[in-house]
Amino acid sequence: MRAFTYERAGSPAAAAAAVATQPGAKFIAGGTNLLDLMKLEIEVPTHLVDVNRLGLDLIETTPDGGLKIGALVRNTDLAADMRVRSDYPLLARAVLSGASGQLRNKATTGGNLLQRTRCPYFYNTDMPCNKRKPGSGCAAMGGLSHNLAIVGASDACIATHPSDMAVALRALDATVETVAADGSERHTPLADFYRSPGETPHIETVLRAAEMITSVTLPQPLGGVQIYRKVRERASFAFATVSVAMVAGSVDGDIRVDRLAFGGLAHKPWRVEAAEGAARSAEAIADIVLAGAKPTADNAYKLPLVRRTLAAVIAQAKSESAR
Amino acid sequence: MTIAQDSPARSETSAAACSVTFSVNGRTSSLVLDPRVTLLDVLREHLHLTGTKKGCDQGQCGACTVMVNGRRINSCLTLALMHEGDEITTIEGLGSPEALHPLQKAFLDHDGFQCGYCTPGQIISAVAVLEEIGAGVPSHVTADLNGAPPATDEEIRERMSGNLCRCSAYPNIIAAIRDMVEDHV
Repeated sequence: MRAFTYERAGSPAAAAAAVATQPGAKFIAGGTNLLDLMKLEIEVPTHLVDVNRLGLDLIETTPDGGLKIGALVRNTDLAADMRVRSDYPLLARAVLSGASGQLRNKATTGGNLLQRTRCPYFYNTDMPCNKRKPGSGCAAMGGLSHNLAIVGASDACIATHPSDMAVALRALDATVETVAADGSERHTPLADFYRSPGETPHIETVLRAAEMITSVTLPQPLGGVQIYRKVRERASFAFATVSVAMVAGSVDGDIRVDRLAFGGLAHKPWRVEAAEGAARSAEAIADIVLAGAKPTADNAYKLPLVRRTLAAVIAQAKSESAR
Repeated sequence: MTIAQDSPARSETSAAACSVTFSVNGRTSSLVLDPRVTLLDVLREHLHLTGTKKGCDQGQCGACTVMVNGRRINSCLTLALMHEGDEITTIEGLGSPEALHPLQKAFLDHDGFQCGYCTPGQIISAVAVLEEIGAGVPSHVTADLNGAPPATDEEIRERMSGNLCRCSAYPNIIAAIRDMVEDHV
């Protein structure tokens, strides 16, 4: 690990100001991804600003009946909150499907959104990676790509975003609140938060330099049947090969998919709004979601896996709504 | 998985040292540390509490599991400086050879280990798992999110998935934890 200096921030704006004034500075919250990357010298911050004790660990009801989740709320506390469990079960299920008990006790809501890809070539500093070293190339193309992106990727990068939580938040129309070094605040819909990789896969979000996430806000509860199904290579503590976040309603005994987002497919939570709303078959929905898919030989298996998982989730929604 | 070096072995330059005070197993420690020192390294190398083990050093194996303010975490993935004022419990704080914690005894009774390297992490984690189930914290396999999670083998397995055992003593680890269920949940 490279040497760095350390300070504890006194407020969110002070933290942003501290990161703004020192080149190479970074925020540290749970640290579960950042410290791992620092040990490998993939992340080499010169200065760490600890944002753990700024009072951003509350979950509050908003005036319009939504929920404001502080950026420092730990994954365990988010999934265990009774309002989340009863009103946003999709989010509780997604969070509980990720990582291990130890990691969820430490990992934060803001940090989860900003975690980096687990593409093996991002982690292997002996190999080219446009995300880790811009312009160096992409070793994943033609390499081991069995768990990499099939949609929304570019010629520069086929990495996937690893978060489960972000997939549920995308389906639930969450908004990300941030503060900048000058104290100004802004609200960004999660729909606009992640960038497509394009030619600059190292720039992953629309956050500006030294801008800090302070909270994530959910609109009013949607109701309906909410299902998060994660397909992975072992039963626990593994990243998704494909995950489906669905909110469904029932119309004349049939299922209408109101919200639908996928994990494991793309550089960001993958949601195609055109696939939602109308009563369609799983095949018809998958055709829309997967339009323009460009899988590698290694991960073409994800195309039928998406279709089958979607059909299984729709069948589950049908049986749950019939209860 | 590679064998990790004691950080900061890969360092080229040293950083400005910072001070931190926390308690470990009820004893207060004030230390001046290089910011790179993880909680795991401070426990083992500075406080000589070598019960907590370094396996992968990247949060995947769980051998370094300790309790901080009553919650289990991977001590390898947190900086010691981030724990000002915290109360840390390691395997040494749970029981002693003369007075074993009931779960330590259950691991012995059920042969819940072979080489023993993962065992301190398994036991700390298991103590926390029973507390989490008792507190109603749901897991991935909890059928009813709004009800109290049952202390079934399925729940225990899911909740222990962050603790690997290369000797694969899992059936006996589950048996040891199951022994404790009636007392703690």
